[in-house]
Amino acid sequence: MSAEQVLQYIFAGITVGSIYAFVAIGYNIIYSTTGIINFAQGEFVMLGGMISYSLSGVMPLFPAIVLAVIITSLVGGLIENVFIRRMRKTSVMGMIVITVGISILLREAALYIWDEQIRALPFFTGSEISSVSIFGARISPQVIWVLAVTSVIVVALFFFLKFTLSGQAMRACSENPSAARLCGIRTDRMVNMSFMISAGIGALGGCVVSPLTQTHYAMGSDLAIKGFTVAILGGLGNPIAAVAAGILLGLIESFSISILPMAFKDVISIAILLIILVAKPSGLFGSSQASALKDY
Amino acid sequence: MKKILAVLLVVGLITGSAFAMGQSDEGSIKIGAILAVTGGASFLGAPEARTMEMVVEDLNAAGGINGKMIELIIKDSAANPEKAISFAKQLIEEDQVIAIVGPSTSGETMQIKDLCESYKVPLVSCAAAEAIVNPQAAYVFKTPQKDSYVAKWIYTTMKDMEIEKIGVIAANTGFGNAGKGQLEKYASEMGIEIVISETYDKAATDLTALLTKVNAQGVDAVVNWSIVPAQSIVPKNMKQLGMDVPLFQSHGFGNIKYVEAAGEAAEGIIFPAGRLLVADKLPEDHPQKANLVAYKDAYEAKYNEVVSTFGGHGYDAIMLVIEALKNSTTLDREGVRDSLESISGFPGTGGIFNFTADDHNGLGMESLEMLTVIDGQFDFYK
Repeated sequence: MSAEQVLQYIFAGITVGSIYAFVAIGYNIIYSTTGIINFAQGEFVMLGGMISYSLSGVMPLFPAIVLAVIITSLVGGLIENVFIRRMRKTSVMGMIVITVGISILLREAALYIWDEQIRALPFFTGSEISSVSIFGARISPQVIWVLAVTSVIVVALFFFLKFTLSGQAMRACSENPSAARLCGIRTDRMVNMSFMISAGIGALGGCVVSPLTQTHYAMGSDLAIKGFTVAILGGLGNPIAAVAAGILLGLIESFSISILPMAFKDVISIAILLIILVAKPSGLFGSSQASALKDY
Repeated sequence: MKKILAVLLVVGLITGSAFAMGQSDEGSIKIGAILAVTGGASFLGAPEARTMEMVVEDLNAAGGINGKMIELIIKDSAANPEKAISFAKQLIEEDQVIAIVGPSTSGETMQIKDLCESYKVPLVSCAAAEAIVNPQAAYVFKTPQKDSYVAKWIYTTMKDMEIEKIGVIAANTGFGNAGKGQLEKYASEMGIEIVISETYDKAATDLTALLTKVNAQGVDAVVNWSIVPAQSIVPKNMKQLGMDVPLFQSHGFGNIKYVEAAGEAAEGIIFPAGRLLVADKLPEDHPQKANLVAYKDAYEAKYNEVVSTFGGHGYDAIMLVIEALKNSTTLDREGVRDSLESISGFPGTGGIFNFTADDHNGLGMESLEMLTVIDGQFDFYK
């Protein structure tokens, strides 16, 4: 394998991995404040792509994306308000079933609103056929956009959780919800915020990847499974670890394709995932103490 | 809140079931349709269902068949074979339909093939796989062109272009596997060498890693056999990798939306398809021209959506059943089957249908044309 090819596989892996990471970040934010695995996370990505596509018909691309992110986070907040908050008394298992139900609801609503056709946003720079050469490997300019947006989200999330009052309050809820409530933190507000943030991040991801991967009303469930895998791999509850885990999984998949038939891709990535989890049950970057406090 | 939800649920159930039940009218002829209107294959089933509703509506408005109205009962299988089986039983036993059109996908059709055969109910499938009519069942027909014709057309074109070494990639669906099998079967006979053959996940969103591997083999052309979304992703990824070999796709590319989704990357894709997509460009004296243009104009005016090959398969299925009903004197299942088998020279969207006792597809190689994309439009490949 030549150096260019190795680099080409690395780029392919990072691109796919960033898409997984967008979903996994959302899982983690919600999990850390509520202990819920929100299986509707993939649908937020779909909604972002769909809404921005529709809006881009009546306004320039960037305002359309901003508005799509805002609308999707409002949808996320609304879902929390209507379903999650009212059913908080149910068990963790019950909550999972509810989120699966919400994902089906969103998917069917999208089918009703947008029909079954696939859609794609225009490329932010260049077009479908433009490609950039980096050390002999060729990538679409859109891949650079995806990587840039992923980096911005990671940095922004880091500063938000570390230095802002809301971020610290969210982390407190994640560490120990009862203690956080005793300290005067409005946990329900934090939960609502976590849904809004993860819906918004999912939607933003859906917008930047749409030119590459296209948007389809039923794309959410496949993304949800891969994103969930990545979230577990990184260590549940750690949004930034999810990005590293996502890119790792993307690279594993990409290099497995280079040596074996592509049909084995998922077998290999899941086998590696199982090995990691046997060796380190709390995930690559998760702390075993933190995971012991959670319901599961 | 809970009350509102409950009301919404009930309203949904009522409207949903009213749609499914239709009206029952003693004097009407009942035709069942099992179509993937929603779910993963909705790009097939939805235009098929819309087409059939339109055809039946127009026929009834014009007085039906010898004064008898047609009642079309559409069941949405969501491409689920188990649902297809139970709907087929329901249509046959409860609704007592005279014939069934659909299902949309090959997997579903294969599941109900034996069922229709044992109940002696004519089935006209809208799905592509050759296995539907080979081995042949007395009551089972299909409208899309055979996979083997598509593979042979692709290879014939490749010979003209002096292409020798190719890479084959296919999605892991019934459609993709069947197509890959046909390509592998005819390659050596047609003098083409497949240097790499790969299968990818049907929901794959980025195939640059796979195409890097294909590119490293030094192929003269790539054949991709899949449906959405991959058939729009493959051309994009190829251009992004700087691969400039020709891309051939299957007849599943027959929807202008896929061209739009691939944008500029779609230019120059070569694929075989029926003539519906280029109806406007056919010479005036072509035997299919009048029907194709009539269907295309009616569909596009009614649904404000561009026609696709798939709606065309649905059009052919329902039109063939209607034609069989018109010619049948007995108006029972047996009569419709016999009448279907004797249809010849019927101009559909897929080609001129000539059913015989040995051929329940009724289309020849000449039903397909090699098409390409020029300036975002389908055109003949020359």
